[in-house]
Amino acid sequence: MSPASTIVNPSSTLKNLVNYTMFAVTGFCTLVAVGFLFFILGYLIFNGGKSLSLSFFTNLPAPVGEIGGGMANALLGSAKVLLLATLIGIPIGFLGGVYLSEYSTARIAFVIQYVTDLLNGVPSIVIGIVVYGLVVHPMGHYSTFAGGIALGIMMIPISVRSTEEFLRAVPQSLREAALALGAPKWKTIVTVVIPAAMRGIISGTMLDLARVAGETAPLLFTALGNQFWSPGWNQPTATLPAMIYTYAISPYEDWHRQAWAAGFVLLALVLLINITARMAISRGIYVPKG
Amino acid sequence: MSPKGEAPSSQQERATTGEVRTAVVPQPMKLSAQNLDFYYGNFHALHGISLDVRENQITALIGPSGCGKSTFLRTLNRMHETVKNTRLTGQILLDGKDILEEDVNAVRLKVGMVFQRSNPFPKTIFENVAYGLHVNSFRGGKAAIREVVEKSLVKAALWEEVKDKLHQSAFGLSGGQQQRLCIARALAVEPEVLLLDEPCSALDPIATAKIEDLLFNLKSETTIVIVTHNMQQAARVSDFTGFFLLGKLIEFNTTNVIFQNPEKTETEDYVTGRFG
Repeated sequence: MSPASTIVNPSSTLKNLVNYTMFAVTGFCTLVAVGFLFFILGYLIFNGGKSLSLSFFTNLPAPVGEIGGGMANALLGSAKVLLLATLIGIPIGFLGGVYLSEYSTARIAFVIQYVTDLLNGVPSIVIGIVVYGLVVHPMGHYSTFAGGIALGIMMIPISVRSTEEFLRAVPQSLREAALALGAPKWKTIVTVVIPAAMRGIISGTMLDLARVAGETAPLLFTALGNQFWSPGWNQPTATLPAMIYTYAISPYEDWHRQAWAAGFVLLALVLLINITARMAISRGIYVPKG
Repeated sequence: MSPKGEAPSSQQERATTGEVRTAVVPQPMKLSAQNLDFYYGNFHALHGISLDVRENQITALIGPSGCGKSTFLRTLNRMHETVKNTRLTGQILLDGKDILEEDVNAVRLKVGMVFQRSNPFPKTIFENVAYGLHVNSFRGGKAAIREVVEKSLVKAALWEEVKDKLHQSAFGLSGGQQQRLCIARALAVEPEVLLLDEPCSALDPIATAKIEDLLFNLKSETTIVIVTHNMQQAARVSDFTGFFLLGKLIEFNTTNVIFQNPEKTETEDYVTGRFG
């Protein structure tokens, strides 16, 4: 049998049919993938829209049985935890990224990159339980502080890698220009390299923040939750994600609606941070290429 | 075909000394490379280069791509050290002292560099020129800094074009202006030697002519070493020329001799355009 006779040559109508089917199936799946975001947004508004009012942002949660109330304490609590996480995670991640890009040899860089990627892959609930063991247990109580540490640890790996990438994108010629003027290496880094990459690094930090803003599991172990305001940094605090969890599993109809509303607010905030950061990055090329 | 018009003096000189390194002009020696060997990993990029740069003269380094002329230039202010896995042996004497044994930042302050592609910092024009002063803890008030900035921009023939927009971004300038800004930035710290690595390769003829003019004027205060692909440029601006090929310094002499009556056939083939 000659090789040519074994090749099946389908008719052109069959070919077209396969072609159109593939087009339709892949196109449909793309639509579903893209559409899910809008579906989620719509679904949250549909379910929680009724609870979205000014009082949601200004009032404390209402006692069980009473209709209304808000999640002002959870909004503030989330803001405090995220602030603390940023203060803990970003300096460590940023300086680690500077080391990785400017000082480390290729072999050490490979190891650090690998380890930070692994840390990035550690399930958030594991980080929560570790912080529970290291902070909450010795202190004897849950706190904003513990929540900030947990999220701060989670921010480190992305901060390291994004700082590293933006610094590496700064053209070598700029470093050389500064060195050729007699600037020591550290001054070159501080006065030329970091400023040139600053916009990118800030955007990366915002994306990092957006990513951990929705983390729930580590907060259940660390910040716990609170029906009231949480003064200072040393007491359990309400946070949006933990509040959604508590309200969603409660048996009350009105709490369910509030959980949906909180979900919408959380998602909207994360999207807002995300979009701002991406716009800053796309506009953020500091040095003309070439 | 042998180019006409060779100077009898150089003929004579070569006849008497037989040294490639002889010079006609009696300027004192400023910078001297002695037996430089340079390796990128296992690649032997420079083979025993010895070359003397005379004070207040322009020395041009020519040769085909990959011949080592830029690599050599970068060793003269130790910029080669920014590339990992390299090795340099030999001596580089600046006023008789080996720069390889001095503080690297102090060396670079004395031996400035302008690169192939203009590389202004993402800062204003003023900040670009003042950068070298700031990082070297310049003592002097704002007025003194302003004075240095103006003086440097004047020397780089850029002052008239930018004096009204000193506090705008350097990226608003044209390619040629950016390169002159980089020259002004290098001049602000008053280097004793200025190294230029193909400074005009990305510029049009008019911008190139401006830079050549200003180099000519700078000669009186600084010693210049310029790497160039452009033989006409070397012939126009330089007093001495070194011809590199495959990591070796084939011939070094006054520019007149190199272009009109070179000793080596490789040099003659290159300067007459027979290869390269």
